[in-house]
Amino acid sequence: MFKKNIKNELKISPIKIKNISILLNDRIILRNINCQINDKSITAILGPNGAGKSLLLQTINGLTPILNGEITYNLRQLDDNIRKQQAMVFQSPTLLRRTVLGNMEFVNSINKNTNMLDVESILKKVGLEAFNNKPARLLSGGEKQRLSLARALLIQPKLLLLDEPTANLDPYSLKLIEDLISEENSKGTTIILTTHDMSQAKRLASDIIFINKGEILEQTQAKIFFKEPQTIEAKRYLTGEILL
Amino acid sequence: MNILLEAFKQSFDLVLMLDRDLFEILFLSLKVSFVSLFFSCLIGLPLGTFLAIKNFWFRDNILIIFNTLMGLPPVVVGLIVYLIISRSGPLGWLGILYTPTAMIIAQMILIIPIIVSLSAQAIEEVHLEYKHLFLSLVVPSHKAIKAYLFDARYSILTVMLAGFGRAISEVGAVIIVGGNIDHLTRVMTTSIALETSKGNLSLALALGIILLSIALTVNFLLIRLKIRAKRRMYV
Repeated sequence: MFKKNIKNELKISPIKIKNISILLNDRIILRNINCQINDKSITAILGPNGAGKSLLLQTINGLTPILNGEITYNLRQLDDNIRKQQAMVFQSPTLLRRTVLGNMEFVNSINKNTNMLDVESILKKVGLEAFNNKPARLLSGGEKQRLSLARALLIQPKLLLLDEPTANLDPYSLKLIEDLISEENSKGTTIILTTHDMSQAKRLASDIIFINKGEILEQTQAKIFFKEPQTIEAKRYLTGEILL
Repeated sequence: MNILLEAFKQSFDLVLMLDRDLFEILFLSLKVSFVSLFFSCLIGLPLGTFLAIKNFWFRDNILIIFNTLMGLPPVVVGLIVYLIISRSGPLGWLGILYTPTAMIIAQMILIIPIIVSLSAQAIEEVHLEYKHLFLSLVVPSHKAIKAYLFDARYSILTVMLAGFGRAISEVGAVIIVGGNIDHLTRVMTTSIALETSKGNLSLALALGIILLSIALTVNFLLIRLKIRAKRRMYV
């Protein structure tokens, strides 16, 4: 009970990223990244393919070692308690070689704040309640992504990281996922997502981080970004030009 | 052709007549193979898991050594175990030469490298797939290992099958350390060797057919299980 209270009271945003660089295979992929993720915001990270969006998301989740600089989560350094407040949905969902329910039960078994009632209600929310006993890897692309999101929601995260959560999905799955994102945010969850879907970013995001060639070129409010982008690269990106 | 037909007839006769000697040999063969497989898995699976998920500088070299040991010549293993457990050897005081225990030890030496190498491959595949997810979910190590073993279960069954195949068909090592003593250490393979040397080819073939049938049944069941798992994309 005590543990539960500590977890629930732990605030992990605003997230401040100061001067971080990431080296992968002897190549600097992210360079001198500085930005801030506001509490209870929805931040969309935009940028062309290979810009470093997913890597930035993974870095915030603590999956990638930082070469220099630091990330603070409400002035605290990353530790297991902070990581337990985060949930990540990967671009290609990694599903355990089990049934839909088996995947949820696994997360439930490592998360002491949830129970099987939560599992059932979340599966219902993502429209997978009828697939409980279906092997997870036999689900369609949209269903896999919904299961992945359901698993993340089961953690009851304070920070939800979504790497292109609706890429290649049908309109039903897209709407369902977007509604869930909005609902989670309205409950106070800070959300960071990467997307190539401009209209999605307009619909969901309160803030935009525009990244190109491993550098942040713009961070601003969504309405300002889409109305008056400050950099030439952002303007070209929004008009659909290829950035080289 | 006649010999083959006779062998089939004889093997059926032996089974249908519930030949006591045959079933004694068969039971000992299965007992030695399963016990050695069990203890090999007890040692090999944790070792394979460790090698699959831990990255240290000589890890690849250890895997190369285990891969090489998969091809260990059984007679060499038999000879080494013999030298160690014979009366004048360092473990001679145990008095286990020419006992099923000695046969189990020799078979374990042959099976452990198979279990380690193949289970490391199977578990590494799952580990690489789940690594980021588990890091992100902050899954404790013991739960991660349990999940790797559970989710690689069908591949591990195949690994165990390979180990069982090696054990049940092994003759070189068990004949040296077991001595092929009637009613004590005589197993299917050593019986076949003995009957062949006596010129009793029909009986040798009959025993061979029974041995093959056992291996075939075990293989059939496990492969069916794996096909079912594949359909559900569990492998």
